[in-house]
Amino acid sequence: MADSRLIRSRRGPVTYVLRVLVVLYLFLLVAWPVSLVADRAFRATGTHEGGVGPFLERLTDPATVYAFNLTITVAIWAVIANTVFGVGISLLLVRYRFVGRRVLSVLVDLPLSVSPVVVGLALVLAYSSTQGWFGGTLETIGIQVIFSTPGLILATAFVSLPLVVREVVPVLEEIGTDAEQAARSLGANGRQVFRRITLPSIKWAVVYGVVLTSARSLGEFGAVKIVSSGAEFRGETATLFVHNHYQAFDEPAAYAAALVLVLISIIALVVVTYLRPKEERA
Amino acid sequence: MSIEVRGVTKKYGDFVALDDVSVSIPTGQLTALLGPSGGGKSTLLRIIAGLEVADGGTVEIEGTDATALPPQRRNVGFVFQHYAAFKHMTVAKNVAFGLEIRKRPKAEVKAKVHELLELVHLEQFADRLPSQLSGGQRQRMALARALAVEPSVLLLDEPFGALDAKVRKELRDWLRRLHDEVHVTTVFVTHDQEEALEVADEIVVINGGRIEQVGSPDDLYDAPANDFVMGFLGEVTVLDGHLIRPHDVVVHTLPAAAGAGAVRGEVVRITRVGFEVRVAVRPEAAPEADEVVVTLTRTFARSLGLEVGSTVWLEPEDGARVVPVPRAVPVGTLGAADPTEPSEVPVA
Ligand SMILES: Nc1ncnc2c1ncn2[C@@H]1O[C@H](COP(=O)(O)OP(=O)(O)OP(=O)(O)O)[C@@H](O)[C@H]1O
Ligand SMILES: [Mg+2]
Repeated sequence: MADSRLIRSRRGPVTYVLRVLVVLYLFLLVAWPVSLVADRAFRATGTHEGGVGPFLERLTDPATVYAFNLTITVAIWAVIANTVFGVGISLLLVRYRFVGRRVLSVLVDLPLSVSPVVVGLALVLAYSSTQGWFGGTLETIGIQVIFSTPGLILATAFVSLPLVVREVVPVLEEIGTDAEQAARSLGANGRQVFRRITLPSIKWAVVYGVVLTSARSLGEFGAVKIVSSGAEFRGETATLFVHNHYQAFDEPAAYAAALVLVLISIIALVVVTYLRPKEERA
Repeated sequence: MSIEVRGVTKKYGDFVALDDVSVSIPTGQLTALLGPSGGGKSTLLRIIAGLEVADGGTVEIEGTDATALPPQRRNVGFVFQHYAAFKHMTVAKNVAFGLEIRKRPKAEVKAKVHELLELVHLEQFADRLPSQLSGGQRQRMALARALAVEPSVLLLDEPFGALDAKVRKELRDWLRRLHDEVHVTTVFVTHDQEEALEVADEIVVINGGRIEQVGSPDDLYDAPANDFVMGFLGEVTVLDGHLIRPHDVVVHTLPAAAGAGAVRGEVVRITRVGFEVRVAVRPEAAPEADEVVVTLTRTFARSLGLEVGSTVWLEPEDGARVVPVPRAVPVGTLGAADPTEPSEVPVA
């Protein structure tokens, strides 16, 4: 809903100064640097050729393909985990009153405020096979967490945990329990109520949370950097790929992968903008 | 008896919302749960429906002990004050919900939904979403939805509370007619005494978590068990230390016509409200106390020739119900008394 009270009707000089400042700020901080990435991805430098052909070649290089495959695999699992647990946690937070509810609520927000690097270190402490509490146990049954895909998924899921919850909780609070209780009195059991009543009402919030989680998961770097060995074909995700190639003076490959990451984010933003009004109408 | 509530108690923390409530709801009747806000009406209704768990006591529905049954196994229809529509489903889907949950054949569901929408006059809105309906239509949809599963009892929590006065009145008459057609045992919550008196076969007055009185509308109006019921069911005034309905006070302009116990007073105000005239009289014996309010028909008031300042003698009509005044009573001067906030008028 467009609330007219939020919009100033009179436009004085202050409004214009503010506008110019904001546009300038966003340009210097976001638009200009990002556009440089796009520019670099196609430009010839030193011994490297420029143009679309070499750009695509760099992207289809097995190492690049591996990196993006790994990133997407990790993101998919992190999104699945955070959607299932996110909806579950949201229901728990909104629909039930229990001891420690506020603590749980704060814990859910923790990943937003803790630096991803710290998250990575914490996960290594907990799960590494040499010093972790039960990393050793897991290894004896054949699961290696740190320096392999499960560790990447864990780190990614950790940093993107709050995104679904923070979308779903306000919607659950707003819809209240009347419809759910009505469904119950009409004979629906808990599962039927959730599937037929609750889920359709929070559908758009979940979708929005999933999009945000995906974007965050694809772009995660800090936590992943710690828990991954980070070597080519061995745990090198797209962001690590960008980092490694940049460090190794293979800038064109770094820029090509970076541009793809930027494009994915932009697509996610477009999807979100497209979903927003729908969600409000619902 | 269709619903037997025995010794039900419900506490929220230290607060006692229901205090050892026992009540029997007769089969096939339209029963009103009447009482002031916060009296425990919704709590009782929700306990009957299984949406709330009592701390003690039992609930029996149609002869089976339902105390431990979850709501979906009690076979009750519940209609909420704020419709509780399933917003993402069409009107027809809303009504079909209970039947689909019960996995009835498609053709049967379709026929039943059609029949019910006809009953609540919403046939032409079957494919709309609830957000495209008016409040009254939404509430009728909710009613059809509850009726679809052929509940043994229908529970309505202030079904018309969110509607404006006119629609409210229409729906009230409509509910009465509907009930005469389908005869399902119905309990509805209201805090509007007029609604209860007009629609219900039986009224249960509930206040402060206790049942004050159970009876037919006439019983309750004519023979209230106590000052609370009397004050809640209609306008009251205080005459000579007793609560009495303003239309049960006889006005004499000459002492000769009045009995020995008549109260002498001076007319301080005359207000005409539509077809009736309200006369406020200050008793001479207690001029600082509240005024006695008398209602008369306009013709009768005119024939008496009453004016502000004239002296009159007041006495209860023969057979009028009077109740001794307790310490603090809700005294209505205009409109029915609102016992939710008893006015602490000192009474001589
Ligand atoms: N979930 C709850 N937690 C604490 N107190 C509650 C809760 N639900 C109801 N109460 C209290 O119990 C009392 C009875 O509530 P109830 O909803 O039954 O009143 P009511 O008679 O339906 O009133 P109204 O006409 O305003 O709906 C109220 O004082 C209310 O504050
Ligand atoms: Mg209520």
